Amino acid sequence: MPPESILLQFLSGSVEIELIDDPATCELLLRQARSANLLSRVAVLCAEKNLTPRLPQRMQNHLQSAQAVAMANHRSVKWETKQLERALAIGKIPFCLLKGGAYVVGRSVAAKGRVFSDVDILVPKERLDETERLLIESGWMCTNFDPYDQRYYRSWMHELPPLQHLKRGTTLDVHHAIIPPTARIKSDIDKFWECAHKVAKRELLYVPGDQDLILHSAVHLFCDGELENGLRDLSDLDLLLRDSSVSDDFWSGLLARAVVLNLQRPLFYALRYCHVLLQTPVPVQVLDVATQGSPGKWSVKWMDFLFCRALAPDHISCNDRWTGLARWILFVRSHWLRMPPLQLAQHLARKGYKRWKKRKASV
Amino acid sequence: MKLSSLPRAELRRRLRQEGLGLNIGPFTIRLNSPLTVVAEGLEQLYGAFTLTSDTDFIDFRVALNAPPGLRRWFRPQVIFSFDGFIPFKPLPQIQAFAMFEWGLNWVIANNAHQYLIIHAAVIERNGVVCILPGTPGSGKSTLCAALVCKGWRLLSDEMALISTATGDIYPVPRPVSLKNQSIEIIQNYSSDAVMGEVVMDTAKGIVSHMRPPQMSVEQSAQQGAPGLIVFPKYTAGEEPCLVSLTRASALLKVAENSFNYSVLGLQGFDVLGDLISKCDCYEFSYQSLDAAKETLEALI
Repeated sequence: MPPESILLQFLSGSVEIELIDDPATCELLLRQARSANLLSRVAVLCAEKNLTPRLPQRMQNHLQSAQAVAMANHRSVKWETKQLERALAIGKIPFCLLKGGAYVVGRSVAAKGRVFSDVDILVPKERLDETERLLIESGWMCTNFDPYDQRYYRSWMHELPPLQHLKRGTTLDVHHAIIPPTARIKSDIDKFWECAHKVAKRELLYVPGDQDLILHSAVHLFCDGELENGLRDLSDLDLLLRDSSVSDDFWSGLLARAVVLNLQRPLFYALRYCHVLLQTPVPVQVLDVATQGSPGKWSVKWMDFLFCRALAPDHISCNDRWTGLARWILFVRSHWLRMPPLQLAQHLARKGYKRWKKRKASV
Repeated sequence: MKLSSLPRAELRRRLRQEGLGLNIGPFTIRLNSPLTVVAEGLEQLYGAFTLTSDTDFIDFRVALNAPPGLRRWFRPQVIFSFDGFIPFKPLPQIQAFAMFEWGLNWVIANNAHQYLIIHAAVIERNGVVCILPGTPGSGKSTLCAALVCKGWRLLSDEMALISTATGDIYPVPRPVSLKNQSIEIIQNYSSDAVMGEVVMDTAKGIVSHMRPPQMSVEQSAQQGAPGLIVFPKYTAGEEPCLVSLTRASALLKVAENSFNYSVLGLQGFDVLGDLISKCDCYEFSYQSLDAAKETLEALI
């Protein structure tokens, strides 16, 4: 197993006194949290536990600084949302915030100290072209004009190529589904829309239903392969699960909803790794039922090997000699899940050739 | 203990192994680098800085290393990293020390939002802190270097750190970055100016760093009270000309020169408003450094 991480222990709720008594432990927490993009979440959790004033002054400074960044992120996403609503009002196109934006605007517990670099939205597939046109008219521009990448996104992916606002520089990902159409798992996006909540006092703005917020977070983390922020996303899931688990019928509802959306596999992984890495209090019976989504005993052992490394903070103090390989394998896996084998082979050959050509040009 | 009292071999050993811990203004840093350019730069310019003790909490761990592979021998390069994170593309290895300075600027500007940070040179005389915000080419560093060679205290040549809690200015005196003709101008202006290596062909042209005055480094722990904001502009062939600015327009101009005004939101506005209300604000065009010095000293 990879080395123990002070950040994982902190998020699990099992270290407090050590931080106060030992500046070295505190500094290690700072370093791991900073590299996992979780420093502002640590700041909020420390404040909630009344721990902050008892920490070393230098640590307090870093926490204050990180909280300012998260608050700036939150202001920015709220502002972007207003601008989007204005842009899409002409076509009356409804849109649903996903991930970080949804946590903040939906006042979810996972908004605590959440930082993000882009805004993700979902629009109905049949309105996609119109959405893109209206966004371009309002200053969001495509930044990648490579013909292959354009085709890759438009025919195979569940999102448009990323857009960037000309003046504000903010990045926007426009999705029309939560899973690429070429992926092996299929999930009915209409059912996702059915449970979305309209945000109070807003005309076009939605956030996912409470269970879908969790399920989408799980899909993103365990199928998308962008693991640079893996632990941040796992911590989102942990907070969401801890918060909801106080109501009695929550777990049965979540399991049933995963069946409806055909997302048992990602939910299985989410519950497993939240429980294993962050001690999320998932009842044993729930873990049992969730194994319906398990890929099989041996596959799970293999996945444990990979995810227990790749979901640890991306920091030198948390790596063992397999960490780099594990991250790479999971990256390849995410592509494998996304496309059929022949298409994947073509895609990798194409990307490899382009990288080689680029390198040759730069030497 | 000061860096200058560390034996040469020990300095190099620390840089190679556990890292060299330094107190730099309100921050503690630890630097790792096997590169000779870096060790020599530190010896020339950081002698007056105190070392951290083994048990100190380190704010920022940074490293300057040669990238792996053939480039070690063929046109060698240097990579700056911040606790394993690499924010910039590699530079030619000869620029390693300059990259340390630039990298540290970046680290502070992005990770110290307990301060409102303004891109400015900051100096002090008779207990009055003067902030010289500067767009590139305004000559703020040249003016700053000249004044600190003549007895002003250096708080920073790059950034004003204004505490969001108290409004005081925290000094981070570090080597003063000089470019192109400014290097020779300052060498001619004062025999006290000690320059580090001159590096040609950087993205900013020819660059050298001037050693910060020892007194300023020794007074790093003393916060300053802001009293003056001057926007300098080097203008060839003109008598020094000081034009008073309204507080409102000074506020907007300072906000434009801030690294993190928008990160701090309402708090940033409050801190900046408080700062401006304590300061007299001017635009200042000058040519001769002597005349500039006289004009500014008359304000204090």
